Amino acid sequence: MATIPLAYNIRSLWRRKVTTLLTTAGVALAVGILLVVLMLAHGFRTALIESGSPENVIVLRASATSETSSAVSREDAAILKTLPEIARGEAGLLLFATETVAAVNLPRRGQPGRSSNVTVRGITPASVPLRRQVRLLDGRLPNPGTAEVLAGRNAARGFEGCEVGGTLQMGPQTWTVVGVFEAGGTAFESEIWGDSDLAIEAFGRGGYSSATFALADPALDFEPVKARIEGDKRLNLLVKRERDYYADTARNLTTFITIVGSILIVLFSFGAVLGAMITMYAFVEARTREIGTLRALGFRRRSILLSFLIESALLSLAGAAVAALPALLLQRLTFSTTNFDTFTDVTWHFRMSPVIFAQGFGFALLMGLLGGLLPAARAARLPIVGALRKA
Amino acid sequence: MPPVLKLMMKNCLRNPLRTALTILGISVAIVAFTFLRTVLAAYYAGAEASAATRLVTRHKVSLFNVLPLSQKDRIAAVPGVTQVSYGMWYGGYYKDPGNFFAQMAIDPGYLDLYPEFILAPEAREQFGSEMQAAVIGRKLANRFGWKVGDRVPLTGTFYPNVEVVIRGIYSGRERNTDETAMFFRWSMLDETRNREGQVGWYLLGIDSPGSGSRVMDEVDSLFQNSTAPTHTETERDFNLSFVSMMGGVITVIRVASWIVIGIILLIMANIMAMAVRERTTEYGVLKTLGFRNGHLAGIVAGEALLLAFLGGVAGCLLGFAAIRAAGSVIEATMGQIFPVFELTLQTIAMAVGLAIAAGALAAIAPARRILSSSVAQSLRPID
Repeated sequence: MATIPLAYNIRSLWRRKVTTLLTTAGVALAVGILLVVLMLAHGFRTALIESGSPENVIVLRASATSETSSAVSREDAAILKTLPEIARGEAGLLLFATETVAAVNLPRRGQPGRSSNVTVRGITPASVPLRRQVRLLDGRLPNPGTAEVLAGRNAARGFEGCEVGGTLQMGPQTWTVVGVFEAGGTAFESEIWGDSDLAIEAFGRGGYSSATFALADPALDFEPVKARIEGDKRLNLLVKRERDYYADTARNLTTFITIVGSILIVLFSFGAVLGAMITMYAFVEARTREIGTLRALGFRRRSILLSFLIESALLSLAGAAVAALPALLLQRLTFSTTNFDTFTDVTWHFRMSPVIFAQGFGFALLMGLLGGLLPAARAARLPIVGALRKA
Repeated sequence: MPPVLKLMMKNCLRNPLRTALTILGISVAIVAFTFLRTVLAAYYAGAEASAATRLVTRHKVSLFNVLPLSQKDRIAAVPGVTQVSYGMWYGGYYKDPGNFFAQMAIDPGYLDLYPEFILAPEAREQFGSEMQAAVIGRKLANRFGWKVGDRVPLTGTFYPNVEVVIRGIYSGRERNTDETAMFFRWSMLDETRNREGQVGWYLLGIDSPGSGSRVMDEVDSLFQNSTAPTHTETERDFNLSFVSMMGGVITVIRVASWIVIGIILLIMANIMAMAVRERTTEYGVLKTLGFRNGHLAGIVAGEALLLAFLGGVAGCLLGFAAIRAAGSVIEATMGQIFPVFELTLQTIAMAVGLAIAAGALAAIAPARRILSSSVAQSLRPID
């Protein structure tokens, strides 16, 4: 089968610049929405799942769904601390941290009248070594036992008073921010870290919120440790791998993003397919004589069909290319919202991946083929003589 | 029918397939627009339903921090405060963690501050006298098929498990009243918590909206240096703070709703550009027949406006049906965030108005092209 040269399609599109441009723009908007939704969901999942380390285990109260609704007493913590499976870090430090998690309502930076709940994590000396993603960006680490705090870089950027030197009023104390840390894009970057015992006092708690520890042998030890703690009559506790815990707290918001995103993607792509279809029908109509000429030259119906499908695909792939560049730039932006599961603010980056990139182009191709199919079929079915006679 | 109108109608119908696709395309975009705007309106429904004579006092640090009940009498003594009630967020679920809805432990006086709740007088009475009594919203009752007299066990995530008996089902006097919440007795919750006497927030009734800011200042200054400093705001600001917590979600939905209008503009601009290009010769003929430039521009603009209007109306009808179908599901499963999910007249007017505006904008360039071309140019076909 002789194929019609690609140059024919490209020149035809070039000739009708306005229509080509407008149709491409429509496809670009639809692909853009798809990329935004996928990058948002991917960024969020990565931020939350990467917050957990594979060797870490978190212990919560039995019915708690998040650290904010959990409680672990000092007595419970003392029992947990004696587990032989807990790993040791540098200088023999036992990698076991009892943390107090609370929320403090802070004004958003640069948005007067707007506020949100920021997670405050009361930490113990093992907390930082347990999270290997954490790296100090600015300032210094707080001195244990003092009202000094570290702010995650997203908290520092997003909320008033969280910059180095800023002060926060929590409970009887005024807390001073002495450092800003990054944590590999994870949810910790949206938190404020201070002394655990002082946090218990400041938030009027009776004990800790959770206990986190690293296992010396994460593959073998997890199940026995879990069975032992959950079976202990003295304790009313729940044991999860830290990664599973963070995946669970991501679930509701991921579902929400997916549902709203899917509805948007379906509606937008439907609009873009219609736009492509209108354009391709107009092209076929305007080029009826050309099609007759091509047929007279000996090109088969199949070649005509293919040629118009290719043209439609070119239009939509151009749209994807137009959308791809702003999407790549979008990676520099952050997104904040309240995670329904913890009821505190979480900030993350839009995140592109090769898979998402390919999905954008695949989606555009699909829209182009769907929009082009009926017009191309009409072109292929035109009778030669009638087509040539058209004014 | 004047010839100009006749020509406009004929032009609309000369390519029925294209006209149908255009109207369909615009209506899909309008469906997206009405859906997004309804989501936005649903976020703000709580703030809209607030009364100017209700204030909320919470712990200064955040809503997670509790306040001692001992503050109640001191707040009540502030001039301008007519009634003080209090509540606490229970945050539990029914059987499965996925079945979440708003549960508030309240003191019976709380319901008196909500005259927009329509509730049988005997239900109000029972709520005041019975420890386990609960009242629930109509939509929540429908969601789980609960009736008056049903016993409902709740699993607490912060607090101990409780069991309540439904004594009343309220409906809202206003369209935007939240009908997805459950209220039960604070005293019962306090009992399970060893009578710690802690409340999540106080709800204040004040004599007039005008005394609001003075009352807020006076209440907060009472506890400024105590162990439980407070933050008092209007019910509206309190509800808006939940909207502002949504942060980027609101921005993305707002931006997407404007992008939809952009898509309509693109479709319309494309259609009109193609139509005018294809009909260039005709316009030359019409001009030689004595039609003025104004007539021809009118024909083009009229066609664009008609298509946009039809697309807008069709979109609103489709959107109404879609939102109605999705609304009850959304209210049932996400009532905590979207207690009211309905298409409003305001959204419809906005959608149709913007569709027509996009049509008008799309007609400008093609109309100018007709106006600027001479008869001789027009008669020389391009395409």
